[in-house]
Amino acid sequence: MLRLSTTWIRRNLVVITGLLTLAYLVLPNIIVMVFSFNKPAGRFNYSWREFSTHAWQDPCGVSGMCDALGLSLWIALWATTGATALGSMIAFALVRYRFRARGAVNSLIFLPMAMPEVVMAASLLTLFLNLGAELGPTTILIAHTVFCLSFVVVAVKARVMSMDPRLEEAAKDLYAGPVQTFLRVTLPIAAPGIAAGAMLAFALSFDDFIITNFNSGNTVTFPMFVWGSAQRGTPVQVNVIGTAVFALAVIVVVAGQIISGRRRKSARSTERHAHRAAARSAVRSTEGRPAGPVPGGTR
Amino acid sequence: MTDNTAGGDVRLTGISKTYGSFTAVHPLDLTVPEGSFFALLGASGCGKTTTLRMIAGLEDPTTGSVFLGGRDVTGLPPYKRPVNTVFQSYALFPHLTIQENVAFGLRRRGIKSVQKQVDEMLELVQLGDKAGHRPHRLSGGQQQRVAVARALINHPQVLLLDEPLGALDLKLRRQMQRELKRIQTEVGITFVHVTHDQEEAMTMADEVAVMNGGRVEQLGAPADLYENPRTTFVANFLGTSNLIEAEVAGAADGEVVVIAADAVLRLPTARCATLPRTGGKLLVGVRPEKISLAHADDAGGMAEGRNRCTGKIADSGFIGASTQFVVDSPVCPELEVYVQNVERDPRLVPGAEVVLHWNPEHTFGLDAAMDIDAGTETVEETA
Amino acid sequence: MTVTEAPPGSPAPAGPLPRKQPVRRKLVPYWLLLPGILWLLVFFALPLVYQASTSVQTGSLEEGFEVTWHFRTYRDALGEYYPQFLRSVLYAGTATTLCLLLGYPLAYLIAFKAGRWRNLLLVLVIAPFFTSFLIRTLAWKTILADGGPVVDVLSTIGFLDITGRLGMTEGNRVLATPLAVVTGLTYNFLPFMILPLYTSLERIDPRLHEAAGDLYAKPSTVFRKVTFPLSMPGVVSGTLLTFIPASGDYVNAELLGSTGTRMVGNVIQSQFLRVLDYPTAAALSFILMAVVLIVVTVYIRRAGTEDLV
Repeated sequence: MLRLSTTWIRRNLVVITGLLTLAYLVLPNIIVMVFSFNKPAGRFNYSWREFSTHAWQDPCGVSGMCDALGLSLWIALWATTGATALGSMIAFALVRYRFRARGAVNSLIFLPMAMPEVVMAASLLTLFLNLGAELGPTTILIAHTVFCLSFVVVAVKARVMSMDPRLEEAAKDLYAGPVQTFLRVTLPIAAPGIAAGAMLAFALSFDDFIITNFNSGNTVTFPMFVWGSAQRGTPVQVNVIGTAVFALAVIVVVAGQIISGRRRKSARSTERHAHRAAARSAVRSTEGRPAGPVPGGTR
Repeated sequence: MTDNTAGGDVRLTGISKTYGSFTAVHPLDLTVPEGSFFALLGASGCGKTTTLRMIAGLEDPTTGSVFLGGRDVTGLPPYKRPVNTVFQSYALFPHLTIQENVAFGLRRRGIKSVQKQVDEMLELVQLGDKAGHRPHRLSGGQQQRVAVARALINHPQVLLLDEPLGALDLKLRRQMQRELKRIQTEVGITFVHVTHDQEEAMTMADEVAVMNGGRVEQLGAPADLYENPRTTFVANFLGTSNLIEAEVAGAADGEVVVIAADAVLRLPTARCATLPRTGGKLLVGVRPEKISLAHADDAGGMAEGRNRCTGKIADSGFIGASTQFVVDSPVCPELEVYVQNVERDPRLVPGAEVVLHWNPEHTFGLDAAMDIDAGTETVEETA
Repeated sequence: MTVTEAPPGSPAPAGPLPRKQPVRRKLVPYWLLLPGILWLLVFFALPLVYQASTSVQTGSLEEGFEVTWHFRTYRDALGEYYPQFLRSVLYAGTATTLCLLLGYPLAYLIAFKAGRWRNLLLVLVIAPFFTSFLIRTLAWKTILADGGPVVDVLSTIGFLDITGRLGMTEGNRVLATPLAVVTGLTYNFLPFMILPLYTSLERIDPRLHEAAGDLYAKPSTVFRKVTFPLSMPGVVSGTLLTFIPASGDYVNAELLGSTGTRMVGNVIQSQFLRVLDYPTAAALSFILMAVVLIVVTVYIRRAGTEDLV
């Protein structure tokens, strides 16, 4: 019996370790969720006392927290817009054109990612100090745009690289000028990559702490609020916000999955209908024949 | 932009393309007559696609000019040229439906009501029921026809096809060849077709330009190219040729007499690519299907006046309609002979001594200075 | 109808001679690059210059700072804060190793064994990101609380004895020890290890496993000779994505550790934001950057994967 169980463990070692790792990853989220229903004794919300929904009924009941949340959203929105626009342009230039100093440009994109955040944060602060700039939302926005930029470039570049350059040639061949080609063909096809880059930028900016910590002055973003509350006392509302954002994001992701799954399924079923119809109709055209290899197979 | 009254002939003058130190296309002059089905044939890297792209405007020529119907279009970008292209692997826009793909060119030229034309065009390529689908849901053959429809709907003066059938399997490819030929006859537009498949070029085109190393080796109607190759590359690349190294013994009455090993062969002077000089060398060529094969025992009863040589069967391959023999002969170590399987002689097996004979009229002569193996490897690639 | 091949070397026949690409088209990439690169130059490269200059300044807040090429700051800073540097490298290295050991099985599970659960598992790996990492890090204060169930179990099975002997814990406490900081670091950067690992594992054709098995390789040999080598790009980028941010992190040390677990990030932060000794802080930051860049460069060279970007 014991031998059986040890061989079972050995066989399923990967699955067991994997699931334990997953538990390790998810455990804090569960704690955050559970403790959003806590009614702590003192100022800190670290040990369980009794069930309560008071924080959920009044999520903005802590002074300054929802303002901080709003500021974080505002900064993330603009940082995303800026980084996505600038980063996408760089990505297009890198993939689609030949130019001098390509190596230098690549290094300039890579270095911000190859550096601990604290270094970038500190060096930006020295810049602002030396220029005598006032720290606040503007400096935070500038800093966020800088570090989101590289990630956008990487995401968009991957997508544009996988694009068949013949598509743009085909558009030009079909009377679309450079602007039309870009708007009608390049941009729509690159859109998923740009969207991925933008989402990444938004997440990075919204949740950034270290760079904000250095360059915010007295401005309080949501992570700054949490940081401060860790010193002064954590209101349960922090957990409420954490849980709500988490739940919202999971719902969006799952809904997206279900919708795209449905669409794929319905596409398959109409295709089956079409095939049956084709089989019934005359063998005049080639539908009845086995399909050729997928396009692009020769490349 | 499209002017159907303008001529559809393509004229290239001194056109060339170099990339750095590499010359993709050497300066060449070429005229494609209006309304013809013209093929550029060659192995990959021979410059045929570059030539096509220069006509389309997707590549700027290093030197020379492109004329369409008498108009110099060299400086025009692709979207201002009255030509359209069917791309290799089709390049259908994945984010647009079939209908939107086909309407793309018309819309870009500001034509508002395109529905009727699109429907008609999809009918022409028999895809009316797929109008609302995205390209990825179509089979390779269907995508290919969408690509043709998308280009043809613009009534270009010239339609350019870049290996349009390369991604299809053999059976579908043969079918699409007939289909394209039918469409070309129907619409009467000049087609310039790039391919590496010599059979495809020969079945479809009125005229074929065989390209090699950035130059046009030979240009002509398919049958003419096949029967009268002027270079060893063309002789080997189009079908199979037996090339025999021989010495010119003399010439008289429009006939050249050459000696190869133990055999005396004759051929018409008119079919020599170079002027044969007595005592000089000549490559004598004959196609495998022109040669008859007889067992050595039957050598006596053979008609006079035919070229003949002896040999021993080295290998034979039965492929249904015919049998392909490889014969080891003193004149050439690997002579290929295709024999129709009308009546099979059971004695013709590897090791058998045979006599090969053919009509001197079916013999051609090439410059012996040329590489005897040019174009052979590429043939295997296309098979 | 006619082909007349111009003899090689002869001048090209009539018609325009070699054309240059229109200048405007040549400039397009530069216009595309200009705004973004300018942004990076002004707000990424220039700050590094300012930081370098600040690190060799002397002075005080009241009288202002001046560049005096005072390189002693570097020696003093290193002399005073080398324990924090060592700690940073040690903690980040340990966390990276743990991330690899924990992340690989999960990435492998998702890539090869999850079947229709694959998407769900992926969502579960990414989902924690949706909650602010500070809140999640604070949750570890609850999980690792003194006398809590986790600490009890670790103590009962003797785990804390081992870590105690390694100097990672003290007594029956986890919170405020190096173990807590490493746990937090590992937790925070684990997804950055799993995702690249998964991407490179997922690209491996499962038929390669069958082929290796067909060629007499045991499962363990298949892993060593086929799977692991093919997943190297993921291993390299995963370890980099973990080690780089972990080495400069100060959040975990601050929230879960004590004064005895301060890392170099903590020093830089407090020198910059509390002590306001800018030269020392800038020097420390510069040293950290140099160390990380050297480590990364050497590592990439050794691992032979240069197409990370």
